[in-house]
Parts: sequence; structure tokens; C-alpha cells
Amino acid sequence: MIDKTVAELAQAVRARHISSVELTHAFLERINRYKALNAFITVDPERSLAQAKAAATRLAKRETGALIGVPIAQKDIFCADGWLTTCGSKILSNFVAPYDATTIEKFNAAGAVILGKTNMDEFAMGSSNEMSYYGPVKNPWHTDSVPGGSSGGSAAAVAARLAPAATGTDTGGSIRQPAALCNLTGLKPSYGRVSRYGMIAFASSLDQGGPIARTAEDAALLLNVMAGFDPRDSTSLDRAVPDYTATINDDIRGVRIGLPREYFGEGLNADVARAIETAIAEFKKLGAQIVDVALPNSKLAVPCYYVLAPAEASSNLARFDGVRYGYRTPEYDDLLDMYSKTRAEGFGAEVKRRIMIGTYALSAGYYDAYYLKAQKLRRLIAEDFTRAFEKCDVIMGPTSPTTAFRLGAKTDDPVAMYLSDIYTISVNLAGIPGMSIPAGFDGKGLPIGLQLIGKYFDEARLLNVAHRYQQVTDWHRRVPKGFE
Amino acid sequence: MLTSDARPRRPVAANHECMSLDTTQVMKIAHLARLRITAEEAQTYADSLSRILGLIEQMNAVDTTGVAPMAHPSESALRLRADEITEPDQREKFQAIAPAVEAGLYLVPKVIE
Repeated sequence: MIDKTVAELAQAVRARHISSVELTHAFLERINRYKALNAFITVDPERSLAQAKAAATRLAKRETGALIGVPIAQKDIFCADGWLTTCGSKILSNFVAPYDATTIEKFNAAGAVILGKTNMDEFAMGSSNEMSYYGPVKNPWHTDSVPGGSSGGSAAAVAARLAPAATGTDTGGSIRQPAALCNLTGLKPSYGRVSRYGMIAFASSLDQGGPIARTAEDAALLLNVMAGFDPRDSTSLDRAVPDYTATINDDIRGVRIGLPREYFGEGLNADVARAIETAIAEFKKLGAQIVDVALPNSKLAVPCYYVLAPAEASSNLARFDGVRYGYRTPEYDDLLDMYSKTRAEGFGAEVKRRIMIGTYALSAGYYDAYYLKAQKLRRLIAEDFTRAFEKCDVIMGPTSPTTAFRLGAKTDDPVAMYLSDIYTISVNLAGIPGMSIPAGFDGKGLPIGLQLIGKYFDEARLLNVAHRYQQVTDWHRRVPKGFE
Repeated sequence: MLTSDARPRRPVAANHECMSLDTTQVMKIAHLARLRITAEEAQTYADSLSRILGLIEQMNAVDTTGVAPMAHPSESALRLRADEITEPDQREKFQAIAPAVEAGLYLVPKVIE
């Protein structure tokens, strides 16, 4: 039961082969047993079981819901009414959200059960989940290693079978990189596909919520629930949502796969390179055509991102001032003192670094040199993809240059940490969809992720290609030792 | 190294080519960002922020003259909604989680004498 997919569990609950309460109990029990992974910030069995009972009532009334009775873990960046919602930060360590994010509302409407709120890098700023106020998360594949970040708690939970699936958010790779490091299927949708309402903002022109699951089919089921227009998010796009499971089995013969040469150069671990090549060969066997493409400005994505994301963050995080909600310093003299002490005590070091970089980049005299320059590069990076997609339907390459690194290995060097997102960041800058799927293991037994990048709003194609690959490979079925 | 459109209007530091920050600049930025930091922390941040700026400096390798800045992936104009009241009053619910409130108002230290 623990190893069943969301698709199988949804079917089993609907057919009354298992009750939502039993299922929720079983996962809560595992969450408790594997507490040492530190995958969750908040677990509230009473609340979860009440939802499970409500699902049973709905079923008895013959009501439907795509995920009725299925427990799903929610990243602690999504506000959920009545749930502690911390965003991994001390400054929100007492914040019980007074409303539901649109994503939560949609999962509730689909009948899903909130299994708990997962750990994450503070305000989603990190690539290792070591920047959480609630402590680092451990990778179930190797508990001395990081699960990736920022959606590290969600990834560890799904990999360790503490949850059938989870949500994540991705600003520069925060769904795809942890999915890669934990042997999971993660999808960052196109910008504007999933509502950001109630999803605590980091960098508003880059953030997107999406699913972290074990299979492409499950990711499609979750995206079916999450996607769609939301009048409460001014950047949400009013475009029809297809049934992402409907085309998942389509033949992929003739699909053109573009390989950007820039993604296979210096800095790419040899085991990762080998696994990606093997995966590409598998796609050839499935009838895909392989073409070379160029993304000449991709090396500028990291520097460009580390202007734009901190600039947007410095503005978004100005709201945390100890006035309306969250932490307030106990002692202060005047208003300025209250603001600056509250923020100094409430934010961690990485968040402060990014706020200061952003503040600097936007300050008088430097705006053109940093912010405007980065916005110009952003266009060049986006145009690279437009050109590449004239020659192909899907772009493939590694998700991360290495497999999971040791806890503590990069915490003293922010720049080294930033470079772990070197292949994922440009996708956010361009606003297009990206995915990571399991594609093998390195010599140490650590998972390797294959990245799939699609055209704007072409999530269905990514899920289709990923699903066909998962029909002929079994990497995604592997379970970390000790969590079977 | 710097292209003309990337040159700061004012020099960043005496040696602005490597874009390093000193502790005085860090204290100023921290003040603008409403973050209280100690002199000791200022040194640590000066080092790490300078390293990050070193990474950012790689942007200058590309000439972007004539490129239109891209603010957003979907560049259409933002929607406007009808000017109608759509939200109910939830003041009590929202203020229940505030650090200090009185008579429906958020309390902060006195700012006007």
C-alpha cells in the first residue's frame, strides 16, 4: 500500500478497497517512524484524519473528486487555513495561516487529505534544504547527504514513502533538483499555469508551484488539480487546462529531442553524463529523433538569476516587519529599531544575504548596471530557447551537475551552492516548463535526474515523453534501502 | 571588462572592477533593508556579498546594447478587474494573529511626538 502510486491509491479509495482514514493513518505512522529525516515541519494527525473522514462522507454521498481520500504532503510555503505555515523561517514560526492558498483550495476540492507541511529552505532560498530554521532534511538514499532544495522535505517524504506525492515550488530549480537527487518525478509548470495566490512569494516573476511524485502519471494527476486560471493571481493565465493524463500514452515516434551542447561540458560529473547518454539512447529506441541545439547564453543564467531573484525577494520580503503577523522582537526602542531587530532575528543568514544583494542591485546608481543588465540578459536567455525549439520539441540534459552532496559540503560557500542549479535556472528565467525524471544511479548508489524542458504551456508533451520512458525503464520504481 | 551600458553611474568602491563591498557599504545596505547587523557580522557579509557580486560580474561578458529588458515571462499587460467589493470583512480573523492590536488597530511604537 505504501508503495502504490497516487493513481492506484485514488482508484483503491474510490473502489472502497481501502478507506482514506486507514491510508492516512498508515502514512502518518511512517512519518512518525522516520522522523529523523526531518522531512516535515508540521504534522497534525487530528486535522488530517478529519479531512480523511470528510472524504469518506463525500464518497458515501457518491460525490467525486480526482484525488478523493488520497493524502498529499504540502510544502510549507502554501498557506493552509488553520495550519502553521512557516516557509522554513523563524519570522513565520508562529504564523497560523488565516486562509487557503488556491493550490490548497484546489486539493481540498479534489478531496485530497493534507498529510502535513514539509520542510524547506527558508523562503525557498537554497539548493540543499540546509537553510531551514527547522534544521536540515536528510536524503533517504544516503542520510549523510542533502535531499536538494528548496523543496527538500517534499522530496525526502515522497522518496521515503512517507507520502504518495507532494507539492513543491520552483524559482530556480527547487522542484527539479530535489526530484533529481531523490529519484523522483518533479515538474515545474510554465509561468502562469499554476496560481501563486497564497504561495509565499520569493521572486514573483520566477516562482511556480508544481508536483513532486514518483511517476509521470502521478505528476499529471496532480497537475490536473493544480493548473488553471485564478483571478486572485494577476499573473495567472486564462488558458484551457487539458487533461494531462489523456495524452500521456501517445506514441513518441518522431518526437525531436534537442541536446544543448552547453549542458554537457565542463563541470558535469562523469557518472551523470553517462546516465544521461544512456537515457537518450533509450529515447532513440522509442523512436525519438535526436538533434543538436545551442543555448549560447546559458552560462549567464546563474549570474543573471542572482540579480533578479534577490531583487524581487528584497521587495517581497519587506512585508515581514513584525506588525501584522509573524515574529516580533521582544525588546525595542522605536519603530525603526523594532523593524530592524525583528528582521535581524527572524531571518537566517542566506535570506539576509539575498535581501542585501537585492537591495544593493536596486539602489540608486546601481539599478542600470545590475537590474536592467540582468533583465536584458534574461531576454537573450529566453530567445535562445525560442530558437532551439524551432529545431526540436523537447530539450533534454542533466538536471543537476552532480548527485546529492554531503550535508555541510557547501554551506560555507554560497557561490558553490548557487552553481548546483546551473542547468535549471535558465528555464525559470524563460518561463517555460521543466521536469526531472529518474535516469539511473552513480557509483555510490545515488540517484541521477534527467531534465526535460518544454515549449511554453507544453506540459502535456513533457509528461507524455516522461511516461513513455517510464514504461520501458524501472529507475522510478527503486526504493531507498531501509524504506521499503 | 565593463561594457558601456553596464558601468555604474557612481563607482562601487575605490576598486570597482572587482565590485567588492566594504563594511561601511554593507552597514548602509543593511540599514536600507531594515536589518540590524553588528560590526562583526558586517565583515562576514562584506566577504560573502563580494563573492556573490564576483559571480554577478560575469554578466558583463556579454554586450547587451540595444536589447530590450525582459521583466516577466508573460509580457502581456496586467488584467484589471471590475471595481466591485468581492472580499468579506475578516478583520478579526486576520488581527487574531498580529503581535499587538487594540480596538481593531495594529500597535507599533509611537512615531509622531
